[in-house]
Amino acid sequence: MDMQASKKKLGLKEKYAHMTRGLDWETSYQPMDKVFPQATFEGIKIHDWDKWEDPFRLTMDAYWKYQAEKERKLYAVLDAFAQNNGHLGVTDARYINALKLFLTGISPLEYVAHRGFAAAGRNFPGVGPRVACLMQSLDEIRHAQTQIHALSNYNKHYDGFHDFKYMIERVWYLSVPKSFFDDAFSAGPFEWMIAIGFSFEYVLTNLLFVPFMSGAAYNGDMATVTFGFSAQSDEARHMTLGLECIKFMLEQDPDNLPIVQKWIDKWAWRGIRVLSLVGMMMDYMLPKRVMSWKEAWEIYFEQNGGALFGDLARYGIKVPECLAQCSIDKEHISHQAWATFYQYGGAAAFHTWMPTDDEMDWLSAKYPNTFDKYYRARFTYWRDEAEKGNRFYSNTLPMLCQVCQIPMLFTEPGDPTQICYRESDYEGEKYHTCSDGCKHIFDDEPQKYVQAWLPVHQIYQGNCFPEGTDPTVEGFNPLAKVLEWYHLEHGKDNLDFEGSRDQKNFDTWRGMATKNT
Amino acid sequence: MSTVFIAFQTNDDTRPIIESILADNPHAVLDEQPAMVKINAEGSLVIKRESIEERIGRRFDLQELQVNLITISGHLDEDDDQFSLTWN
Repeated sequence: MDMQASKKKLGLKEKYAHMTRGLDWETSYQPMDKVFPQATFEGIKIHDWDKWEDPFRLTMDAYWKYQAEKERKLYAVLDAFAQNNGHLGVTDARYINALKLFLTGISPLEYVAHRGFAAAGRNFPGVGPRVACLMQSLDEIRHAQTQIHALSNYNKHYDGFHDFKYMIERVWYLSVPKSFFDDAFSAGPFEWMIAIGFSFEYVLTNLLFVPFMSGAAYNGDMATVTFGFSAQSDEARHMTLGLECIKFMLEQDPDNLPIVQKWIDKWAWRGIRVLSLVGMMMDYMLPKRVMSWKEAWEIYFEQNGGALFGDLARYGIKVPECLAQCSIDKEHISHQAWATFYQYGGAAAFHTWMPTDDEMDWLSAKYPNTFDKYYRARFTYWRDEAEKGNRFYSNTLPMLCQVCQIPMLFTEPGDPTQICYRESDYEGEKYHTCSDGCKHIFDDEPQKYVQAWLPVHQIYQGNCFPEGTDPTVEGFNPLAKVLEWYHLEHGKDNLDFEGSRDQKNFDTWRGMATKNT
Repeated sequence: MSTVFIAFQTNDDTRPIIESILADNPHAVLDEQPAMVKINAEGSLVIKRESIEERIGRRFDLQELQVNLITISGHLDEDDDQFSLTWN
């Protein structure tokens, strides 16, 4: 006989109230401000932490239940992918380089996000946000783990996946995403929430996961689609937390407005700079393209961000000033970033290439105002030279922006033929930034950004060679030593896709999968 | 007016959910993309538990939406009976 449950279950609102309130206490051995030392120094005033409410009203019991279900679905796909040699089903092996960039540049950030939200949960005195930060912290470590698991299938077969957690601390272009998170984590808990919860999760994460993962589906990579969408199902909650956090700060005290506005301006620009890497992935690294970077930008940033800022206007929040420049930049940044990686393909842990004629036609159609005018001739020239055996690799090191750490590769907003850079003086030294946005951020907190670990400066200072290297010996090859220090194997992990081991292996294995040899 | 949206993975679990949303929100527009279904709507969008239950023939907890959810835009309000998104 079935047992009938006699009591009606709690409703969502009641359950949320029971499981996110009254879990804390007033400390007696130490005063509260000593227990929560980070809650006040940023100047944000909070009068009533109980006003915080998670609109999903998610409680820990439901969290475990639904997360477990997501994991089961994901691992079923990963098993099937591995058992069926799913890696041979991707459009072509160039695609796999997008995954290398993802694993080395994005997955380690998930881990830092895990640590950062754990710290934010510790540092907020209110129970509601602490519970929400706990869940997000668990989500983030799940993302790091599922991405590493999914991509480990590729590590069995292809170069460049072997040492992501070592590389994130050293490799020049990986300092771009790393410094973004370091900047956020070394700020206070409220700024962290704006940086990651709002700017990264709400404003920008759609641009990372949605079109890129749809692109993975288009390119036959079910493992990546599945981890991407599984992660993104958590992001919907993270975005909501970020938005909730902004509203909460703005509703608690009018003095919070200028602080919040400053952080929104800063982190919108920081995030947009990091996303240049995603723009390049979408326009150049997916053999079968789902939409252009510019189209994704228009849908997920201009329309969606426009709706968001329209809504926040009632609190006095203004659209970040950098957006005027972004509407010009969206036509250029993916081409400029890919051109840079192509030239520095000798020092990258993935392969680069020039687009085919068909692909250039697609780029012309998607970028009618810029591609043919500014980029096509240069790209065609490089491709022709490579075909003649003169593949161009730049052997000098570029100057990096002191804030976003991207090489000075972007152009002046009004002149796409002129490299943009800005200069600031601080304590008798000159510092360079790539844009008005980054200069503004530097000038506001120079004492923070002068400490930046800039890969190019570090190489020139001799800090990026294996231990025991003597740079004074005859015939010293600095690039070779830097690659060795990066754990990047010259001739396997780097250089052009054409002629790479990945290209040969993929063709051979795909041949074996379809023929009886 | 601003557009709210919600996107789900394309699969058998989400098909009746999408049908319910489109039935309950005549102003909503369907946008099918690789592996993903996105629904855009001017101003607001509501998902009703009862409408989904009618289609799937069992009880449905709106928190189950999270399993296949990809992204949302707009202010969310969720209780036992409905899940709504709005821009002010």
